[in-house]
Amino acid sequence: MTALFFLIPIALFLGAVGLAAFIWSVKSGQYEDLDGAAERVLNDDDLDEEDAPE
Amino acid sequence: MSTADIISPEFAAADAPSFPDDARIADPAPFVRFLPDGTKRLDLSISGARCGGCIVKIENGLGAMSGVEAARLNLSTGRLCVTWRGDRVAPKAIVAKITDLGFRATAFDPVAAQSEEDSEGKFLLRCLAVAGFAAANIMLLSVAVWAGQDGEMGPATRTMLHWVSAAIALPAAAFAGRPFFRSAAGALKARRANMDVPISLAVILALGMSVYETLNHGRDAYFDAAAMLLFFLLIGRYLDHHLRAKARASAKKLLSLQASVATRLKQDGDVEVVSARDIEPGDQILLAPGDRAPVNGCIVDGGSDVDISLVTGESAPVYKKAGDKLYAGVLNLSSRLILEARAKTEDSLIADLTRLIEAGEQAKSNYVRLADRAAALYVPLVHSLALLTFAGWFFIGDAGLRVSIMNAVAVLIITCPCALGLAAPAVQVVATGRLFREGVLVKSGDALERLADVDAIFFDKTGTLTLGRFRLTNRDEIPQYMMKKAAMLARASRHPLARAIAEAAGIGPLAEGATETPGCGIEGDVHGVLARLGRAEWVGGNGDSVGGAAGATETWFQIGDAPPVRFLFEDLMRADARETVRAFKDSGVVVEMLSGDLAAPARHIAEAAGIDQWRAALSPEDKIARLDELGRAGMKVAMVGDGLNDAPSLAAAHASLSPGSAADASQAAADFVFQGDSLAPVFAAYEISKKARRRMVENFAFAALYNACAIPLAVFGVVTPLIAALAMSGSSIIVTLNALRLASGPRKARVQ
Repeated sequence: MTALFFLIPIALFLGAVGLAAFIWSVKSGQYEDLDGAAERVLNDDDLDEEDAPE
Repeated sequence: MSTADIISPEFAAADAPSFPDDARIADPAPFVRFLPDGTKRLDLSISGARCGGCIVKIENGLGAMSGVEAARLNLSTGRLCVTWRGDRVAPKAIVAKITDLGFRATAFDPVAAQSEEDSEGKFLLRCLAVAGFAAANIMLLSVAVWAGQDGEMGPATRTMLHWVSAAIALPAAAFAGRPFFRSAAGALKARRANMDVPISLAVILALGMSVYETLNHGRDAYFDAAAMLLFFLLIGRYLDHHLRAKARASAKKLLSLQASVATRLKQDGDVEVVSARDIEPGDQILLAPGDRAPVNGCIVDGGSDVDISLVTGESAPVYKKAGDKLYAGVLNLSSRLILEARAKTEDSLIADLTRLIEAGEQAKSNYVRLADRAAALYVPLVHSLALLTFAGWFFIGDAGLRVSIMNAVAVLIITCPCALGLAAPAVQVVATGRLFREGVLVKSGDALERLADVDAIFFDKTGTLTLGRFRLTNRDEIPQYMMKKAAMLARASRHPLARAIAEAAGIGPLAEGATETPGCGIEGDVHGVLARLGRAEWVGGNGDSVGGAAGATETWFQIGDAPPVRFLFEDLMRADARETVRAFKDSGVVVEMLSGDLAAPARHIAEAAGIDQWRAALSPEDKIARLDELGRAGMKVAMVGDGLNDAPSLAAAHASLSPGSAADASQAAADFVFQGDSLAPVFAAYEISKKARRRMVENFAFAALYNACAIPLAVFGVVTPLIAALAMSGSSIIVTLNALRLASGPRKARVQ
């Protein structure tokens, strides 16, 4: 039975980490432009952004 | 920032003939915001951006401009936010750059943009996440308790697990229950009861009773039920909010339409760019080709062809000269005009239309949604049942206070409208997704309910039954070489008839030194010979023009001394207009056409589309009056229209649709926006709305049936937490699956 004393807190902690990550992603606006995010994945222009023409 | 020196060269060039698509750029300077950290920010609404390539093009294109700090395009909302420092970047240059890249940018009203952030949606999403976390973890513990019920688990372990559950459930409910508690408190304060009252009661009582049981080392705790209840209900709440937020975002488009700029002539002859809202009566406004009149006014100098289709629905351009009145929203086509404002923007036609739209939307918000109607029946019933259960056990069954309260609370928990909360939003989301694939954008969830119970539908003519674009109809009669030469002139004009010729001829060279004479036509140098394209009298066309087909729109072309050639045009009807009208008639819906155009062309189109009832030469007020007339007769009317003049009736109608080519205001006012040249999506929207409504009614019926089975169990006190959990999740899943059936219906081939 003593296993419960550390297993339950571990399970809750892991769940809480996931929850915190989700809340952070909502807060930082990750869901505001779902269509754009899907397309941006394919964008590799950021590699040579430094030497973009004036 | 000085805008005059930026605009002056443009001003000088305004009279020169221009390429068809170099719409003059409005200066967005009045809409630049100054942020506290010294940067400047401009919000623009971009149309035409649809893919990842567009994001790259726009963001990198702007990022390459010196001085620009950041440019970020939101593809879902079409909003671009540009920030920069100092004076090196002219706002106009940003818009010019975007135009060069091939997109259209309009300034966005910063005040309207600021309120855009969807904080309520984020709040619901956070609540949903917390409730989901709580429900999943408590369920893990509860399953252990239920599995060990036969004596494998000692009371001490069980109580400990209950306490852990309580430690998760109580804070989670306090956090995730807020949307319901707030709404319930608001309703109680107003002495009403909404669906959130029994929800809040059930959650609070379930938690309270469970804590009491845990304190007394009892067997049954309902922590899992409370958390799961919140989780399922928040899903429904979030879906519902998501649909509403979409509707609101499209209504905001209307605000961006009003955030237009105007070029004002100052006393000393200089020009300045001002926000259209700052125009005072008496101001002189410069209207270059491609500009829309921002206010009602009177032309004081110049003459030009103008497109009044947004205001009246009349498709052919009209020639206006000094002394003529212009309404706000009229598009200048061929030549520079100076307009004297006769009213402020708030008093102008567009503003009038906006007010009519708002009035219509007010009326629409009175519509009581199916779910709310169900709640009105449900709430008193459930509460009296719970009270009766308590009274029955306490007074008749003599069961003591604790058992009586337990059973009354069990009734509240098991009847908590979990399935009811999901019944409508789940169907609406699935139906909306299905319609999206059919090319129809649904702007609000209850629009589906409203469209499903219409018994008449009104169509506008220009741009709705027809495509709103002129097409050359006698192309076969015109010699190929004449066509080519006429197209060279036509490409230099933005007149709709010239555009139609250019479109029919395809891509090709442009005539040199083409000049446009407003109200007459365009002349220029074609392979060294003077050529003219325009009105019969001006070109030198013979008397044939009088004997031409009735109601036909024509233009003439003459090169050198060769005999003039006639080009005939027609505003073509949408290919499947007739079938769509017939489909509506077959399903028992009355079809009528309301047009702002003259009687002759209206009759022509009505007959071609197979519509027996039609009215012509109607003003926006007339159209609303006709809607009201049928409304008083007890009929519910759907409206399909595209013009600015239709926007008020779109807002006032029971349900409304508008094509994707429609004026911004009309799209904002309509419940549905359909894409493409086909009219079939209108009927598809009606059909799917009817199906969606059937699914909703089924879902409500199922929820009622479920309650009918579960309530006796609860009343007689045989409900355990396990039964409550199974019943609750089972009913929610069945309701959702029933909604998903809509998505798998036969898909019609989309007409391109």
